[in-house]
Amino acid sequence: MSELWEAFLQAIQLIVTLDSEVVEIALRSLAISATAVVLASLICIPIGGMIHFRNFHGKRVLINVIQTFYSIPTVCVGLFVFIFISRAGPLGGLNLLFTPAAVAIGQMVLITPILMGLTISALSGVDKAIKDSALSSGATEFQAIWTIIKEARFAVVAALIMGFGRAISEVGAAMILGGNIRGYTRVLTTAISLETQKGELVLALALGIILIALALIINTVVNVALQRY
Amino acid sequence: MRKIIFYLLTILVLSSLLIGLAGCVPTSTDESASTTEFPVVAAKERFKIATTTSLYDTGLWYYLEPMFEEKNNVEMDIVYAGTGIALEYGRRGDVDAVIVHDRAAEDNFIAEGYGINRRYFAYNFFIIAGPQSDPAGIKDMSPEDAFKKLAEEGKKNPDEVKFVSRGDSSGTHSKEKLIWSRAGLNYEDIQQSGSWYVEAGKGMGPCLLMANEEGAYLLADISTFSAYKSKLDLVPLVEQGEIFLNVYAAMAVNPDKIAKAKIQIANNFINWLISDEIQQVIGTYGVAEYGRPLFNPTAGGSCQIPGCPTVDEYSKPVQ
Repeated sequence: MSELWEAFLQAIQLIVTLDSEVVEIALRSLAISATAVVLASLICIPIGGMIHFRNFHGKRVLINVIQTFYSIPTVCVGLFVFIFISRAGPLGGLNLLFTPAAVAIGQMVLITPILMGLTISALSGVDKAIKDSALSSGATEFQAIWTIIKEARFAVVAALIMGFGRAISEVGAAMILGGNIRGYTRVLTTAISLETQKGELVLALALGIILIALALIINTVVNVALQRY
Repeated sequence: MRKIIFYLLTILVLSSLLIGLAGCVPTSTDESASTTEFPVVAAKERFKIATTTSLYDTGLWYYLEPMFEEKNNVEMDIVYAGTGIALEYGRRGDVDAVIVHDRAAEDNFIAEGYGINRRYFAYNFFIIAGPQSDPAGIKDMSPEDAFKKLAEEGKKNPDEVKFVSRGDSSGTHSKEKLIWSRAGLNYEDIQQSGSWYVEAGKGMGPCLLMANEEGAYLLADISTFSAYKSKLDLVPLVEQGEIFLNVYAAMAVNPDKIAKAKIQIANNFINWLISDEIQQVIGTYGVAEYGRPLFNPTAGGSCQIPGCPTVDEYSKPVQ
């Protein structure tokens, strides 16, 4: 049990002394996962909106399928993307495997169902009357959707935070797609996994604490900003 | 006011993204780039290799990587993987060279046309390690007899005698299977013979830690064992046997099969590994920390038992 306390002290020490390797790994984690969230939200929020606002055959089944994919194992996402971007795969010519971009793509695929599904849920929470009144006041459908998304912004941002959380904390896809290359694709979770394998449990735990601290900062900034805006 | 905060926030997010992405570019290039005469920073060529976990867990690559990068002005990406998956990366064209230790699998890889220019650059030995109390009583037996005894005692008394297997198609795992067959036992029978036989599916280091927790026996290479010794209560019990020889090979991926394989750097890399300078480095690595070298260099023909590479296989430069 004393490891926990030691890990906490070591985490503080790593943060205070700005250990260059740890800072580099933490920034890389942040950048990769933030990229994944930005890309995924550009795809998921509009598509989630379209699914919510349109009535079509099989809509319920589609939403059910999207929600089912919340549970997809990160390793499976990693393998799925690996098959595509490995040199022998259809996108092999892009030389993406074992690069930070590959990890970002994997995380993007991983959180796509979550962002899409939670966007749909968020919009469902907004009163239908708002869309009708927007449309009757002469707004285009796109403008009406935008109005409702603004109305549902708390829930949409909660979805983004959730997606970010899943992206930055996953290890399976990052390991398979990035290869845990030191100084290039090593992120916090793969570093934790490596240190655990090496038996450096205290350092591994300390890195975990740093990851949580990073998430805390992001969440606080986002929530403060949301309340002001 | 709200708008200002919104814009500030947007700028903050975007700039943090940019800074972060810049952080993705390996920092080590910055120092050397700033000392060159040309202000334009050319992206360094990336050279990808897959290496067996035992070489990685011992820290040897941490030591060798910067030396090769500096000499050849490349950025080396090292993916650590057991022999099975390392060769698969090679077949798919995802790496330019592989470092493995499983002669049969290497021969296969070469016969398929994927591997060329194999050279052996280091060797060590396997050991059977186990708890000090040695409940199965295998100390100083031959490897084959020790395995036979472990299977007998393990089946009889699975709570006392356990065996942790890598179970991951690595070179060590292949060696383990070979010893089972030389001991006259069918590997599938062993796998199904009860709870004493634990298939971990992990690298060498994690298996050592796991066997340590369980008070189990395992087959380990002496180098990783030495590197982990301070964390272990396990002791070497069986250390003698020709079958324990473990030779590490480097191979280039054949550009005839994989058009983009970087054969020139791969050849430089292989020749560098068998060069006198690096052979000396390998022969002294670990002395300061563990009191003995972790690997034996192949140079000079110090390996003289059956299974050792021929002179050409460890000293003839490739091209």
